Amino acid sequence: MIRLLTAGASGLLFGAGLAVSSMMNPAKVIGFLDFAGNWDPTLAFVMAGALAVTVPAFRLAKARPEALSGDSIALPRRRDIDARLVGGAALFGLGWGIAGFCPGPALAALSTGLPEVSAFALAMLAGMGLYKLAFRE
Amino acid sequence: MENFTPVSGAIGGAMIGLAAAILLHGSGRIAGISGILGGLLGAGGKDTWWRLVFILGLVGGALAVGFADPATAAITIEASWPVLVLAGLLVGFGTRLGNGCTSGHGVCGLARLSQRSIVATAVFFAVAAATVFVMRHVMGGGA
Repeated sequence: MIRLLTAGASGLLFGAGLAVSSMMNPAKVIGFLDFAGNWDPTLAFVMAGALAVTVPAFRLAKARPEALSGDSIALPRRRDIDARLVGGAALFGLGWGIAGFCPGPALAALSTGLPEVSAFALAMLAGMGLYKLAFRE
Repeated sequence: MENFTPVSGAIGGAMIGLAAAILLHGSGRIAGISGILGGLLGAGGKDTWWRLVFILGLVGGALAVGFADPATAAITIEASWPVLVLAGLLVGFGTRLGNGCTSGHGVCGLARLSQRSIVATAVFFAVAAATVFVMRHVMGGGA
């Protein structure tokens, strides 16, 4: 139950934050990525605002024996920089640059009801499915 | 820079950070959207329900802001349909291959100073900026 409540609260706040910061607007994101154009540094302030909370939150989490739900705190343990990490990040960057949507904002923007957002989100799910098929994970 | 909105950006960013902190301390999970969504595909098991609830919350939170302040939540999509579909495929496949996106590697991974996340974040920001440069200033009309 605690797991579902925290997921709901976290999701609501995450979605609201994406809307308040305008990061679910692809034009705003592309405005940040377009350094040679009419540059809009807002995304850097969003990142800084988020890190101002997550840096202490992760530090405090290390000192906890377990989460409120009783689950263990699942921090990723891998440290290797491999071709999949770099290749995956590059493919993601290409897709992010051409449309201005990354996964969180694309899902949050489903709230606008625009059919273009649904097309992107469905294609994104299909891309995730293709990965699963290709790597059998 | 007439569209620059640092205050609402930082406030929204802090809300995103707090959301990640709640998930981390509440149920020990990383708020990486591509991982949460990708984990729903054919998964089943104990992680299905909280993932679904999180994603419904994500849409609901944005919807609530849209009701309260339609101008803030308004979005502009410049990409055409075929470009959106291609971009969606790349984002879906790439984030799973690279184990994360702007939230998992960016907001959460950078906070832990994870070397993998620092590399991934540098790569996807650099490739995205290069892509925008080519599309806007090399191929496009320089809009």
